[in-house]
Amino acid sequence: MSGAPHEDIDAHTGTATTGHEWDGIRELNTPLPKWWLYILYATTVWAIGYIIVYPAIPLISGHTPGIAGWTSRGAVTQELAQLTQQRAPMTSALEKASFSEITKDERMRTFALAQGRAAFGDNCAPCHGAGGGGAFSFPNLNDDDWIWGGSLEAIQQTIQYGIRSTHPDTRVGIMPAFAQILNTKEIDQLANHVRALGGLTTEKTYEKALGSRLFGEQCAACHSDGGKGNIELGAPNLADSIWLFGSDKASILQTLARGRASMMPAWNGRLDDTTIKALSVYVQSLGGVKTAP
Amino acid sequence: MSLWHKHQIFEKNSIFMLIGVLVVISIGGLVEVLPLFYLKSTIEKVEGMRPYTPLELAGRNIYVREGCYNCHSQMIRSLRDEVERYGHYSLAAESMYDKPFQWGSKRNGPDLARVGAKYSDEWHKQHLDNPRSMVPGSIMPANPWLGKTEVAVNEIQMDMKVLAFQGQPYSPQMIENAAKDMVTQATNDATDADGLAQRYPKAQSRKFSGLDGPVNEADALIAYLQMLGTLVDFKIYDGKANLR
Ligand code: HEC
Ligand code: HEC
Ligand code: HEC
Repeated sequence: MSGAPHEDIDAHTGTATTGHEWDGIRELNTPLPKWWLYILYATTVWAIGYIIVYPAIPLISGHTPGIAGWTSRGAVTQELAQLTQQRAPMTSALEKASFSEITKDERMRTFALAQGRAAFGDNCAPCHGAGGGGAFSFPNLNDDDWIWGGSLEAIQQTIQYGIRSTHPDTRVGIMPAFAQILNTKEIDQLANHVRALGGLTTEKTYEKALGSRLFGEQCAACHSDGGKGNIELGAPNLADSIWLFGSDKASILQTLARGRASMMPAWNGRLDDTTIKALSVYVQSLGGVKTAP
Repeated sequence: MSLWHKHQIFEKNSIFMLIGVLVVISIGGLVEVLPLFYLKSTIEKVEGMRPYTPLELAGRNIYVREGCYNCHSQMIRSLRDEVERYGHYSLAAESMYDKPFQWGSKRNGPDLARVGAKYSDEWHKQHLDNPRSMVPGSIMPANPWLGKTEVAVNEIQMDMKVLAFQGQPYSPQMIENAAKDMVTQATNDATDADGLAQRYPKAQSRKFSGLDGPVNEADALIAYLQMLGTLVDFKIYDGKANLR
C-alpha cells in the first residue's frame, strides 16, 4: 500500500509497486477491493463474538462453554418441550379422554384423526400401504373385517403390543403347519373347502362332506364353525372375500402345509400413548365397524 | 531488516513457504482433531453398547458392500424434527464399534439409525427383494440375490481378529466361537442361543430371512438392520447429565 518505504510508481500503469522485484519483474500494489476487506473485518468481528457466546475453544479437560450456555442437546430438549407445550391443550385432553368421549367431541376427533394420519404415514404405511390398503401378508385396514377386533380398545391393544411381536403382552395366535398332521389328499380337500367357504370355485375332486368333516375336526376350533373366524385367537374369517395370504389354491396349500405367522411390531415405547390413541381412532375410521363387538 | 520484513524469507524461498504452510495447516488440524480424542464430552461412555455379533458384523459388511450408505444415513441429529420422526438423537457412543462409521451424508431414503424392531423380518425380506412390493413409489434398488447367496461362515473370524487388533473388545472366546455363534444366531430356537446372548447381550436369534438352508446374506443383513439403535436403553439414559 502507499507510504511503504519502497514507494515506486510503475511507468506503464501509473500504479505503485510493492518494491518486490524478482528477475526484473516488479509486483504492482493493487489493493484488495474495499467491499472485500469490509466483509473480512465483519466476519472477523463476528467470529470473535461467536467464540465468546458459544462453546468454542478446547481446553485440557473440557472446552470454553460460551456465555450463552448453549448446547446442541439442551437446545433440542428445549425445542421438544416447547412443542409438547404447544400441543398440550389438545394432547392432554386426548390423553385423559376415554374413547367414547373422543368420538362424541367433534373437535377432539378431528385432532385425533389428523395426528393419527401423520403418525400412520411415518410408521405404518410401509406395511399397511399409504392409504391402509395392505399387501400380501399385511392386512388391509380399509375394510370392516377385523382379524383382532374393530373396537377402538381392541385396535389400541393391537397397536400397543403388536401381533406375534417381541413384547411380552403381544397378541399371539398360530396358524399351525399341517404338512405333518394331515396327508396330501386331506390338505387338498381342505384347500378346496376353504375356497368354497370364501365363495370361490372348487375342483372336481372336492367332496363337500369330507371337507366339512376335516374342517370341523382340524380347523373349527380356531376358525369357528363355518370358518367365521375368532378375534380372540386372531384366526381370520375364511367365509368372506378378504384374503391375507392369497386366495388361489397354491397360496392356500402353502398356508395349510407350512402355517403362517405374520408379525406386527409393538409400538409401545416407540410411540407415546396419545399418539397410539390417535392412531386407533384414525385406523378405525379407515374401515369402520360392522357391529360393536 | 526489521521483523516486519522477515516475511520476505518465506516469499522468496519455496521450501520455507511449503514448510510454513504445512506448519500452519497442521496447527489448525490438530486443534480441531486432537481434543476429540481426550475431551470427556466427546468420548461419552454409554451403557448397553457391545461389539457386533458375527452375524450382525457380516450383515454390516454387506450393508457397506451394497452401498446402502449412499442413500441412508445412520445419524439422528439433535434437531427437533429429526427426533420427532426417528426417535432419540444418536449418541457418538452408538457408533463406537463402527469402523468406518455409517453416519452418511445423503438421505435419499430415511435415516436407519433406529430402524431396528420397527418392522418385521418378513417386511425387510420382501422390501430387500423388491422395495416396490412394499412401498410402491420407492426408488431403492432391489437386492434379490441376498437370500440366494450363502455367507462364508468361516471368514468372519478373520474380520473379528482384525477388529480386535484395532482395539475392539472381542475376547478370544468370542473369536473362537465366531462361526458357531453365527450359525446359532441364524437358527430358530437354537440350542446355544443363551451362550450367544451371554457373549453378546440383547442378541436376538432366529432365521431372519425365513428361508430354509444355510446362513444367507439376507439373514445377516436383516439381523444387522433389526439391531440398529436398539442397544442403548433410553429409559435409563440420563440426557440432562450429558448436555453438550
Ligand atoms: C412390519 C409391518 C407392520 C407395521 C410397520 C405395522 N403393522 Fe399393523 N399389522 C401387520 C401385520 C402383519 C398384521 C396382521 C397380523 C396378523 O396376521 O394377525 C397387522 C395388523 C394390524 C391391525 C389389526 C388388523 C385387524 O384386522 O385386526 C391393526 C389395527 C394394525 N396392524 C395397525 C397398525 C398401525 C396403526 C401401525 C403403525 C403404528 C401398524 N399397524 C404398523 C404389520 C405391520
Ligand atoms: C390354532 C389355531 C388355528 C387352527 C387349528 C387353524 N388355523 Fe388357520 N389360521 C389361524 C391364524 C391365527 C391365522 C392367521 C395367521 C396370520 O395372520 O399370520 C390363520 C390363517 C388361516 C388362513 C389364511 C387366511 C387368509 O386370509 O389368507 C387359512 C386359509 C387358514 N388359516 C385355514 C385353516 C385351515 C383349513 C385349518 C384346518 C386345517 C386351520 N386354518 C386351522 C389359526 C388356526
Ligand atoms: C438409491 C438409494 C437407496 C439405496 C442404495 C438403498 N436404499 Fe433403502 N431406501 C431408499 C428409499 C428412497 C427408501 C424409502 C422408501 C422405501 O421404504 O422403500 C428406503 C427405505 C429403506 C428402509 C426402510 C426405512 C424406514 O424407516 O422406513 C430400509 C430398512 C432400507 N431402505 C434399507 C436399505 C439397505 C439395507 C440398503 C442396501 C442394501 C438400501 N436401503 C439401499 C433408498 C435407497
